[in-house]
Amino acid sequence: MGITTISFILLSLMAVGSGIMMILSKNPVNSILWLIVLFFAISGHYILLNAQFLAIVNIIVYAGAIMVLFLFVVMLMNLNAESEPAKNHRLQLIAIISGGSLLLILLSAIMTVKEAHPVMVAAGNAGLIKTLGKVLFTDYVLPFEISSVLFLSAMVGAVVIGKKD
Amino acid sequence: MFLSIELATIIEKLILIVIVVMGSLVVAMYTTFAERKVAGWLQDRPGPNRAGPFGMFQPLADGLKLFFKEEIIPNFSSKALFVMGPALAMMTAIMTSAVIPWGDKVHLFDRDISLQIADINIGILYVFGVVSLGVYGIMIGAWASNNKYSLMGGLRAASQIISYELAMGISIIALLMFTGTLSLKEMVLQQQAGHWNIIYQPLGFLIFIICAFAECNRTPFDLAEAESELIGGYHTEYSSMKLGFYLFAEYINMFISSAVMASLYFGGYDVPFFNEAAHADMGNWLALIGLGAFLIKIVIFIFIFMWVRWTVPRFRYDQLMHLGWRILIPLALFNMLATGAAILYFGK
Repeated sequence: MGITTISFILLSLMAVGSGIMMILSKNPVNSILWLIVLFFAISGHYILLNAQFLAIVNIIVYAGAIMVLFLFVVMLMNLNAESEPAKNHRLQLIAIISGGSLLLILLSAIMTVKEAHPVMVAAGNAGLIKTLGKVLFTDYVLPFEISSVLFLSAMVGAVVIGKKD
Repeated sequence: MFLSIELATIIEKLILIVIVVMGSLVVAMYTTFAERKVAGWLQDRPGPNRAGPFGMFQPLADGLKLFFKEEIIPNFSSKALFVMGPALAMMTAIMTSAVIPWGDKVHLFDRDISLQIADINIGILYVFGVVSLGVYGIMIGAWASNNKYSLMGGLRAASQIISYELAMGISIIALLMFTGTLSLKEMVLQQQAGHWNIIYQPLGFLIFIICAFAECNRTPFDLAEAESELIGGYHTEYSSMKLGFYLFAEYINMFISSAVMASLYFGGYDVPFFNEAAHADMGNWLALIGLGAFLIKIVIFIFIFMWVRWTVPRFRYDQLMHLGWRILIPLALFNMLATGAAILYFGK
């Protein structure tokens, strides 16, 4: 077993474990922290696939910005198990059925995959910033430009909202 | 297999990591001393001068004092997170040092040893990522304290760091358009022979240094621990060495961000008015001279950090947000546009 396989197994265990812990945690703050651990595990997988840019952007955007906002909101509202209103049984039943059917669909999707590539290492350099940039600015230039306009308008919007005191 | 590494490299990197981490700790220790000396100098008083010659042993005395203080963990806090807060703050402060090129190659034991722990091709993004994680130490510690003042401090820190990250990111984009690389090592190599990026990116540097002040939670942007309103801010409930870790992490952050600024805009280990290529026969001495020049640049930046702290009063919170969103972000966008136009017009 090479070092790549070992790290793949460790990272996968970390990802699945922290995912389970995120769901099982009673306290929403702990859930968020486990979710951050999960993002780190996923970034580790990206690095194993030689996609360093994706790995670091995953950390900057998800762990560094979005999760900070989640944490911000949870801390500000001081959510916890005691203040949570008790859900009635009908809602719980519906949640179980819808969650279960989602699981079924995902399972069937996984089962239909014919050929499995558990670890595809380093062979590709699709995730390197040079390759990614070239693809973004040639094949996908229109969606890229549209999304960048979207981001710019979001930023300008934030400044405008800040201006209205 | 891209992960197979030879043993000598592992040992070499381990030694380098230990030296860099220990070095940043020692520098941070003496930065606390320097801060009090500079404060004394600016306020026309002697500063600490009792422990040892010129008060040289003051940081040791401070450290010992913190170790021997009673350690208090509040009853209503979540204990694991309360301990994790300062540890995370310290960890994210030290992690950034991994990608900084401290100097050129050194030739020892028939090996060329690069004075940089990891030359990854996304170096500047790595710095940015670790900086954006830095807020967790403050937020987690603040929330785990179960204290209103702490929580206010933590929330302030979070919104402040997210707001200033935006302007910082855009000013870095302008720099990246100009240099065309994400690796810190390559950026430093491009700046050899006096072509420092500050000449081409003065506005970008100004935005970057203001954002660096905000990201380090330094005065005039230390709203997270504003004593006059929040008692001690996010570390109100902390005592003993846990408080020490928070305070210490701030000084390490200062040291590392000075190093980042020196390598991004001021040529890194390039010695001004000195042609390194013509003196290649000096070998290891050349690398050491470069390291010395780099450290001098860092010391100058640290001095600027202190100078500003003891000169400029603290901002109000709305002034901070006003500066971040309504002045720095439009300025950074303008800088990016101007850089793009200049590259288009003059070529590289």
